[in-house]
Amino acid sequence: MFESLSDRLQDTLGKLARKGQLTEKDVDEAMKEVRRALLEADVNFRVVKDFVAKVRERAIGQDVLKSLSPYQTVIGIVNEELIAVLGAEREPLRAPDRPPQVIMLVGLQGSGKTTHAAKLAAHLRKEGRNPILVAGDVYRPAAVNQLQTLGKQINIPVFDEGIQANPVDIAAHGLQHARERGFNPVIIDTAGRLQVDERMMQELVNVKAKIAPTEILLVADAMTGQEAVGVAEEFHRQLGVTGLILTKMDGDARGGAALSIRAVTGVPIKFIGTGEKIDALEAFYPDRLATRILGMGDVQTLMERAKEQTSEAEAERVSKRMMKGSFDLGDFLDQLQKIKKMGPIGDLLGMIPGMGNQLRQVKDQISDDATKSIEAIIQSMTPYERRHPDMISSSRRRRIARGSGCTTAEVNQLLSQFKEMRKMMGQMGNMAKKGRMPKGFPPLR
Amino acid sequence: MVFRRLFRRQAEPDVQLEKSLEKTRRGVFSEITRLFDRSAIDEELYEDLEMLLLQADVGVDVSEQLVGELRARVERDRIADPAIAREALREAMVELLELATRNRKLKVLQRGVPFVVMVVGVNGVGKTTTIAKLAAYHQGFGRSVMLAAGDTFRAAAIDQLKVWGDRLNVPVIAHEQGADPGAVVFDAMQAAHNRGIDVLIVDTAGRLHNKFNLMEELGKIRRIMQRHVEDAPQEVLLVIDATTGQNGLIQAQKFAEQVDITDIMIAKLDGTAKGGIAFSVAKELGTPISYVGVGERAVDLSEFKPETYVDSLFFGEGDGL
Ligand SMILES: Nc1nc2c(ncn2[C@@H]2O[C@H](COP(=O)(O)OP(=O)(O)OP(=O)(O)O)[C@@H](O)[C@H]2O)c(=O)[nH]1
Ligand SMILES: [Mg+2]
Repeated sequence: MFESLSDRLQDTLGKLARKGQLTEKDVDEAMKEVRRALLEADVNFRVVKDFVAKVRERAIGQDVLKSLSPYQTVIGIVNEELIAVLGAEREPLRAPDRPPQVIMLVGLQGSGKTTHAAKLAAHLRKEGRNPILVAGDVYRPAAVNQLQTLGKQINIPVFDEGIQANPVDIAAHGLQHARERGFNPVIIDTAGRLQVDERMMQELVNVKAKIAPTEILLVADAMTGQEAVGVAEEFHRQLGVTGLILTKMDGDARGGAALSIRAVTGVPIKFIGTGEKIDALEAFYPDRLATRILGMGDVQTLMERAKEQTSEAEAERVSKRMMKGSFDLGDFLDQLQKIKKMGPIGDLLGMIPGMGNQLRQVKDQISDDATKSIEAIIQSMTPYERRHPDMISSSRRRRIARGSGCTTAEVNQLLSQFKEMRKMMGQMGNMAKKGRMPKGFPPLR
Repeated sequence: MVFRRLFRRQAEPDVQLEKSLEKTRRGVFSEITRLFDRSAIDEELYEDLEMLLLQADVGVDVSEQLVGELRARVERDRIADPAIAREALREAMVELLELATRNRKLKVLQRGVPFVVMVVGVNGVGKTTTIAKLAAYHQGFGRSVMLAAGDTFRAAAIDQLKVWGDRLNVPVIAHEQGADPGAVVFDAMQAAHNRGIDVLIVDTAGRLHNKFNLMEELGKIRRIMQRHVEDAPQEVLLVIDATTGQNGLIQAQKFAEQVDITDIMIAKLDGTAKGGIAFSVAKELGTPISYVGVGERAVDLSEFKPETYVDSLFFGEGDGL
């Protein structure tokens, strides 16, 4: 969809590097790409402006002009600056002056507050705590039932007073109830609301005044666009938000909204939500989000999907065979079938760092139908032929073509492509041995 | 047999909608108007305009396209007056959206034969609320409506739909949580048919468009409908949250691949977001945007009209969405 920044910079700076000495104008060209990529990642336009100015200054100061690999230098600076904005240090939840710790979740409609209240409760219980949930959303139909249902699922009590009571009272009574029975933390769900809805915002201010929460966490959707900043600023101005939970990070949004919110409000990102299941709550790692905003592949997701399909031992075995160049057509068929279960092939390719450039042209041609004929061809081979693709004579090729319903030309094509592939794998193996990865790979941490 | 055309009601100006959009208008609109309130058309005007479009989530490509188009029109027609340039921009924006609106298929409703609407989208965008709104909308034409609780996954999603069913006095076909959504849909199709319902609206669980298995499930649900009635669902409505950024386009693309989206609803336009992603969707996919959501009540739905949308969200004119 959107070309990644790493691909773009590789294009622009790669071309420029070949012509020799870079000029300041060349750097400006590169900065245009940075700007564009950030905007497409939904970073707020004001934040983009400041950010690009900072990167430019550093780039020119740091002798990108003389650098032999301007691409690496620029991407390095961008990456570092992103992490600097996102906050390199992890910020844990605040401890209360005196227990219980009270955590209140606030945010726009549909951002994921109720689900994350339950996730947070389950997460904190794993740390040995004794949480209780408070159902403060009396407006959205069945919101109380939703929290009750989730509470039952994870076996954590939910305090509610139905939907006739007022949220300020519910919060106060919930807290009192928790104090009496020794629950700690107290996690309060609130109804979603627009930051410009004065009456509804006042309600939150009143809740805050009544119960003095330890944490007020703003729950924000990773897919949010430019308004993320306006929303966060207003919630922060009225309530003094202490942290951010970024939800739906299992989607494919670049998540620039988080960067903007952090840059403008200074509020630290404390957790990310990565799925609909209760345990899909993770600590926030700035470097991962930086990589994602840059569009430098999504190794994380790719690995997770791969893990669902194959064991570690199996992966180890296959990668050894690849590196040694002894990967055969049988292995290929096997992997192809596993990969297909991971999702459309075009999507998967997009997740591989540095693949964008090399594969951009072919990516659209690699359809899932195309793999069907490859499968058919390999399936028409004998085990001996699969192991020794070099030994397939032209009469064998004709037989395979007939068996698979393909033309001999298609069989030839597959065989020669496979040969190329095996050669590349061997090269990668050598590089890995020498500790050099192909260009375009982000620094792995 | 009574054939009736949908979407032909001349709605009276809705005072409530007017009001709910007022807070939105304070934002970008006054800035765009202010932008053109100058003595000459200069470079700064174009730059600032691009900023304002970006700020509205229109996206880099489409913002550049619109600014480029304005430049071209200004040059071609030798426009010197900023007020006329402003009009040219407005036209360009409306035209872009109309490209998609033109793709809207004519929908025929037959009394007593279920017109099936399937509502899809990512998590939390406003699908269930939209269903309530659509139910009220069709009731406004005197049609009988039935709802199907196809979200059997999210906690209390069924209860949520039932609350709306009670409020609107509309029957809801539901199984228990965790049941197969295909089975719910199958039952609902049958029930709607037997009872001679005019409009059957099917809720589905929110799902992220990059979840391969969940997306395939949508295709399956649709095929179950088709086994009943060949051309069902007659409307496949994708709900997009107005606050969504550039990911909205990918959402639309992926859902369209799986279930042939016929219409789009932009929800939560009562907030401060402009839903600028509508322009990218119109340009790239040409899927018509048919409705907008402007609040949390069942009456908070409007038909989408390019002019009204552009005027009220970007230029602060017209009589509300
Ligand atoms: N302000 C505003 N809020 C809306 C609008 N439409 C829906 N909402 C709110 O958004 C929240 C989520 O709406 P739902 O209808 O439950 O969304 P959904 O897509 O069905 O959610 P899931 O089924 O959980 O994926 C609720 O609090 C709704 O009241 C709208 O047009 N404006
Ligand atoms: Mg729903």
